[in-house]
Amino acid sequence: MTLPILRISGLRKHFSGVEVLKGIDLEVHVGETVALLGSSGSGKSTLLRCVNCLEVASGGSIWVGDEVMGYRQESKGTLRRLTESQIAVQRRQVGMVFQNFNLFPHWTVLQNIADGPRSILKLSKADAIERSMTLLTRVGVADRANAYPRQLSGGQQQRVAIARALALEPALLLFDEPTSALDPENVSEVTDVMAALAAGGATMLVVTHELGFARAAADRVVFLDGGVILEQGSPAEVFDHSQQPRTREFLRKTLV
Amino acid sequence: MANLPSNQTDIALPHPQHPVDVARALPPRRPATWVLSIITVVVAAQIVNLVLTNPNFEWNVVGQYLNSETVLQGVVMTLFLTVTALTIGLVLGGVLAVCKLSDNALLSALASSYIWLFRGTPQLVQLIFWFNIGLLVPVLSIGIPFGPTFASIESNTLVTPLLAAIIGLGLHDAAYQAEIYRAGLISVDEGQLEAAQALGMKPVRVFFRIQLPQAMRFIVPPTFNSIIALVKGTSLVSVIGGTELLFSVKQIYSQTYQTVPLLIVASIWYLFITTVLNGVQFFIERHYGRGSSRNGSSVIVARFFDRRAAKRYRNRGLQS
Repeated sequence: MTLPILRISGLRKHFSGVEVLKGIDLEVHVGETVALLGSSGSGKSTLLRCVNCLEVASGGSIWVGDEVMGYRQESKGTLRRLTESQIAVQRRQVGMVFQNFNLFPHWTVLQNIADGPRSILKLSKADAIERSMTLLTRVGVADRANAYPRQLSGGQQQRVAIARALALEPALLLFDEPTSALDPENVSEVTDVMAALAAGGATMLVVTHELGFARAAADRVVFLDGGVILEQGSPAEVFDHSQQPRTREFLRKTLV
Repeated sequence: MANLPSNQTDIALPHPQHPVDVARALPPRRPATWVLSIITVVVAAQIVNLVLTNPNFEWNVVGQYLNSETVLQGVVMTLFLTVTALTIGLVLGGVLAVCKLSDNALLSALASSYIWLFRGTPQLVQLIFWFNIGLLVPVLSIGIPFGPTFASIESNTLVTPLLAAIIGLGLHDAAYQAEIYRAGLISVDEGQLEAAQALGMKPVRVFFRIQLPQAMRFIVPPTFNSIIALVKGTSLVSVIGGTELLFSVKQIYSQTYQTVPLLIVASIWYLFITTVLNGVQFFIERHYGRGSSRNGSSVIVARFFDRRAAKRYRNRGLQS
């Protein structure tokens, strides 16, 4: 088997005494799409945010490729916390899509996407625009390139946000409940884009409540409960032959 | 119908002869508005009449001094003080705001103490204090701290009324400006900063490209409030002998005793400067308001300019 692009081991996180993650071990391999399920408060968003250091883990480790996220291994074997600027460089391997899109409202759609390639990957202006337009075409929002985000529907904004994350060609894509802020009729236009990405070989870790998407597009489903991984397996194993009463209860309530 | 109270039933409406169409409706009657408007207009007309016909205003004297050399020199000095103090205020205020918001406890405490001190004491007291700094520190020296000195100068020689005014106005303005910046910066949604971080932007870039431009919408209006206060605040400098606008007209009326018309001359100039500033504010606000609403500006004047601006933005494409 190939080397995992993401390796989380013994990850713990507590917020002012409350333990949210109680030792998580999880690997994601290149080309794999992993869906993270669980009720609210189970720690799945915190887990995702620890991966790109938006939250600082309290213990354990997160490896992306051959680097420990947020830290540097010194020659004498000690671990040194990185500065924000150094973490920024690490984060370039990891793209993230947020529940509330978080597009930059003072920039046009095109500027939102092209800024990263231009300022971080140092592409020429023409190349950055070309890459952005290609991505916008792929997510089906090319005709709104010069609009401002607030002039777009939620589904369009989230598709632009996906394009923005893809523009840096990250090794790993994180999705934090990408459809939870959308009107029900707009959900599928976003999950369709994500399913196409998954089928195209992208490596994705997706926190979602869209069980239909998880079943159809995920290679593996991970069920989180109370800060631990309770169960994981292929969609068929978890959805149809769950070994855990807690998982079955969650699925029953969510599917209703 | 089942949920309605029993006394509510369908009301038999008289069938209208013509179909009802709200598009042809008349505006509501507002008799009180009319009465109040007439009273207001009459009172305002009386005030204008009083101002124009009262000989004590001496409008001919106003006209005589409005462009006089002494007054114009005062205007130039007022503008100079405003620009220099504003520059200090905008730059130092920015540094203070960033320090106060910093995770570094020492920087944050220092900035808070500065703001506490300079906001908490009267501006006039601060001006007089800087003018008399020689009483506190008679000699200023440059050298190695606690070591030898290379050069020294007497404070009274260095700190002229002009310098005392610039320092006094600038340091005071910085304290207020710092809080204006801070209010704007913390009003930016946390998700914006997270999205920028997640894209791998470094902190300086997150600040200048994402946080500050969005904060500007909340920074610009109170900043112009404070700039206008600063323009008028320069008149305090007359107390320490700064030759600004108020000092200039005082010089004239102390000899001619035409106090009222010369105060009007000064007021006209202050109003002129602040009016220009209002215009500048309008354009800056419009610049930072882009993307902030679905339908563009709601102000009629802004809509006129927006048509041209929209075209410009469309043609501009990628800004970076």
